[in-house]
Amino acid sequence: MLELPAHTEHLKDDILAEQQNNNNLENPGPLQTFEENLAKGEFRIQQCKDCGQHVFYPRLLCHHCGSNALKWVAVSGKGVVYSSAVVRQRPEKGGDYNISLIDLEEGPRLMSRVVDVDPEEVAIGMQVSAHVGMINDKPAVLFYNKEQGDKEW
Amino acid sequence: MSLRGETAVVGVGLTEFGGLPGHTHMEIMAKAIDKAITDAGIHKDEIDGIFSANFVEMLTPLTVAEYLGINPTYMDGTNTGGSVFVNSMQSAAAALSLGLCNVALICYGSNSATGPFTHPPAMHTVEDVYRPRNPITPYALAANRHMHEFGTTREQLAEVAVSARAWAQLNPAATMRDPLSVEDVVNARMIVDPLGKFDCCLISDGGAAMIMVRKDRAQDFPKKPVYMLGVGSRTDHNLISCMPDLTTTAAKEAAAAAFSMAGVTPADIDVVELYDAFTINTILFLEDMGFCEKGEGGAFVSNGNIAPGGSLPVNTNGGGLSCVHPGMYGMFLMIEAVQQLRGECGERQVDNAKMAACNGSGGFLASQVSAIFGTQETL
Repeated sequence: MLELPAHTEHLKDDILAEQQNNNNLENPGPLQTFEENLAKGEFRIQQCKDCGQHVFYPRLLCHHCGSNALKWVAVSGKGVVYSSAVVRQRPEKGGDYNISLIDLEEGPRLMSRVVDVDPEEVAIGMQVSAHVGMINDKPAVLFYNKEQGDKEW
Repeated sequence: MSLRGETAVVGVGLTEFGGLPGHTHMEIMAKAIDKAITDAGIHKDEIDGIFSANFVEMLTPLTVAEYLGINPTYMDGTNTGGSVFVNSMQSAAAALSLGLCNVALICYGSNSATGPFTHPPAMHTVEDVYRPRNPITPYALAANRHMHEFGTTREQLAEVAVSARAWAQLNPAATMRDPLSVEDVVNARMIVDPLGKFDCCLISDGGAAMIMVRKDRAQDFPKKPVYMLGVGSRTDHNLISCMPDLTTTAAKEAAAAAFSMAGVTPADIDVVELYDAFTINTILFLEDMGFCEKGEGGAFVSNGNIAPGGSLPVNTNGGGLSCVHPGMYGMFLMIEAVQQLRGECGERQVDNAKMAACNGSGGFLASQVSAIFGTQETL
């Protein structure tokens, strides 16, 4: 059943009718679908049915060719560190952590953390593998340095 | 039609910088507007175009119109981040040239140092969960990539901060005027590696305002008019993970457009004002705008080359690193360019400055807006 915020509850019938007219729109939207997949432990991104290129972050339109025909696909999980930074944080707040930009084998780049080496040891060009983990109880795609052993990947 | 030389800045106003406790952002903005109106010798009722944006409210042009008690014919509240005022200057030049308004006010005010700290309203994205320490981390990522590709060093980044400080020492209005060395910068506390404390801009209170008119009226005001010769605006991402190349910003295309409109090259420029939110910015923009080759920015900023007495005066007020940075800096770099071209800059005045290049940056290196200003003789 459609869950609506309280301030739109009085519009429920209209919104439901509108939703039936919009049956070409998948619900929920791509960002929420991505996050629901992550919550199930699945890292999936989109691929354009028209131009064949991969799309990330999740979108309704392909930012390469403009097509609206995007499908969800599994990824190899293989990536390379494009750049890396160390966020300095006091130990009592959780200590330093890494922020990296990872180029996936499929093409897209995403922000993540490489978590199995010290933050300052994460190097540009490092081969890494994706793993769905958690940050502060929220599912997140994290990366492991392959050379450190494959762990759960 | 080209906008080259069609409009001119005829009034500027700056507040004191640093802390202005007990003031709202609008009150700080009003101080700057009052000074700009006085500088231009006009009455507030002559203003019929308002161009203003900030991080603390969405309807800024309405607030400004109401505060001044005016009923403008043209308003623009576009927000592209800290670049917005250079972008607004482009919009103002276009609106003035088309007769949509006759006296344009571009203005900004912020109490980001002493007021309640306000982050821009953020939308939920795929990056949130990683808690990147924005805005610093995106620039750290760009700096690290630049170091990796071109061998740029932390000492070279530090040279940017040291040069900015040397200019600030010549500017009585600048916030940070104590001596600063490369060693001080390199040995400072790290914030997000490879950026330390002195690689990051200030957090200030401050306001700035500028009055623009068409060229046919430019001579009718007390101060020497400064003409807008060229402008270009580009963007290539919003999230840092979507920036195509962390070592080349959209300033490459924005500056090319601005130089093309102005019909000049970097070699013609006497003074350069860049949005130096972080030390890497100055290096990226000098490269992207064509003041040096890509990858050579680190060497270019070394040995005092952009400091007082160097071959290219850059960020002559002390920049966002040492003069003022109230959340968005775009107004302040344009006003420094105008004041240099008027010859009003005292000890830090660049001799015989006739043409200035500016670059405003918004978001995380995302929106780039370049502008070329010149004196009457450059028309």
